[in-house]
Amino acid sequence: MDRIPILKVGDCLLVTIQVDMHDELAMSLQEDLTSQIAKHASRGVLIDISSLEVVDSFIGRMLANIAAMSRVLDAQTVLTGMQPAVAITLVELGMSLPGIKTALNVERGMELLREFTQQNVGLEDSDGSED
Amino acid sequence: MSAFQQILRSNEDSILTSWLKGMSSSTRRSDLIDDADLKQQVKEFLRLFTEAAQISSDIQSAAYVSVREFLKQIAKSRMDRGFSPADTAMFILSLKEPVFVALKDTLKGNPSELVTEIWSSGDLLDKLAMLTVDTAIGFREQTISRQQEEMLELSTPVVKLWDGIVALPLIGTLDSARTQVVMESLLTAIVETNSQVAIIDITGVPTVDTLVAQHLIKTITAARLMGAECFLSGIRPAIAQTIVHLGIDLADIQTKAKLSDAFSIALRILGKSVVSARTAQASSKIKEE
Amino acid sequence: MALKTETFPIATSDDVVRVRQVTRIWSTELKFSLVDQTKFVTATSELARNTLEHGGGGTMTAEIIENGTRRGLRLTFRDEGPGISDINLALRDGYTTGGGMGLGLSGSKRLVNEFDIKSEPGRGTVVTIVRWK
Repeated sequence: MDRIPILKVGDCLLVTIQVDMHDELAMSLQEDLTSQIAKHASRGVLIDISSLEVVDSFIGRMLANIAAMSRVLDAQTVLTGMQPAVAITLVELGMSLPGIKTALNVERGMELLREFTQQNVGLEDSDGSED
Repeated sequence: MSAFQQILRSNEDSILTSWLKGMSSSTRRSDLIDDADLKQQVKEFLRLFTEAAQISSDIQSAAYVSVREFLKQIAKSRMDRGFSPADTAMFILSLKEPVFVALKDTLKGNPSELVTEIWSSGDLLDKLAMLTVDTAIGFREQTISRQQEEMLELSTPVVKLWDGIVALPLIGTLDSARTQVVMESLLTAIVETNSQVAIIDITGVPTVDTLVAQHLIKTITAARLMGAECFLSGIRPAIAQTIVHLGIDLADIQTKAKLSDAFSIALRILGKSVVSARTAQASSKIKEE
Repeated sequence: MALKTETFPIATSDDVVRVRQVTRIWSTELKFSLVDQTKFVTATSELARNTLEHGGGGTMTAEIIENGTRRGLRLTFRDEGPGISDINLALRDGYTTGGGMGLGLSGSKRLVNEFDIKSEPGRGTVVTIVRWK
């Protein structure tokens, strides 16, 4: 079965979701990421969703799970590239993606992660609360 | 074959002539369409109509496909030229007189058949006229909605205040449709300009109701979800009162009375500050955190 | 009056992906705005997944419909699963039987113009959603 590739960039992991995932693919991404974080003792995970045109509650849950599991493993997750239409839909759906930091693009996301991994300071969540 | 069908078939030319002649000047609208074009339209319609009428009197049937298509074109071209929907319908309705005259001539001695034929042919032409009016109105509605969209686009400009800061100055009353377009343009602008901060300034908005407030809150939440900071400025005392009165909770959302204050905050978020040029020269770089 | 109708099976998670794509394509044909399309496809995803996971599989019927001068897209999700005993409860935000965020049904309702659900324990569920242009 196809698996979504995970790139190691320094002590961060980078994932770009480009396909319309079916549920099993999403679950295997969750598993893969968790095991990779543990294996490399990564401090940061960047998930780029700039190609994702639909984020429903299942994907939203998956992203929240990934963030939660990373945190347990002492890694910070940042979500980048959310499309405006997706953001509007998520707000309408009522999903707040708790525990997930977001950034406009990969570049900005990597900056955020660098700040975190270097200083180990809590960053503001996408819902406005501090860690 | 009914008398109506027969008459159409054998008197096509004379009906055409009397139809054209009989078009009173108000129906004629020679200011909107010239003789040659009108004659062409009239002739073509009569030809298609005669053929279809030979087969059926049901205007929705397959026999009338070309008639319906032709009427749609006429409706569209007339609406484009400035005819009203009623004028467009008169195109068909003015055909009744020559038809009735021809029927009267043919069925002189048979009053009851005459009445039946007048009734059914009149009904047929009425239905076609209704179809034309519907089509004409439909085109008008399309034009209106297209113009509305264009107006919405023009009235929601997003302004770049600085590298990484965009502002959306809203002016005038906000209705639901406009607010949604506004939401989308702001969010798209944030992505396109790679801005970290967006300021929605409502100085120019006289009133805010619950629905509009909700839309603003949703926009701000969406911008945050995308990774940008977003807040409101230009809240006038009257609006502040309304917001409290309506019980709207702006807890999470930063608000500033003046756009200039909002801009200062935005700079701070970006880690930038503005210093005087002399001082800058002296220390030879702009202070950056 | 339906101008175009087609029914698709929802039996696997690939089917859920496929009906998302179908909805996207039909929405594009109807020239929905990008945001309206995204909302509608997201609602489709939620409901298709419900059909698969809670309903044990079923179908989605897509129809292009007309109401006077405006056109719309109507999707009907049918399953013959266990059904829902308390619809009002199921439509409340946060309610979930599946350990998720519980936003599938209630959330979908907010993403569409018309929403209708019929369900009885033991007799399956039918959810119909419509978005007008």
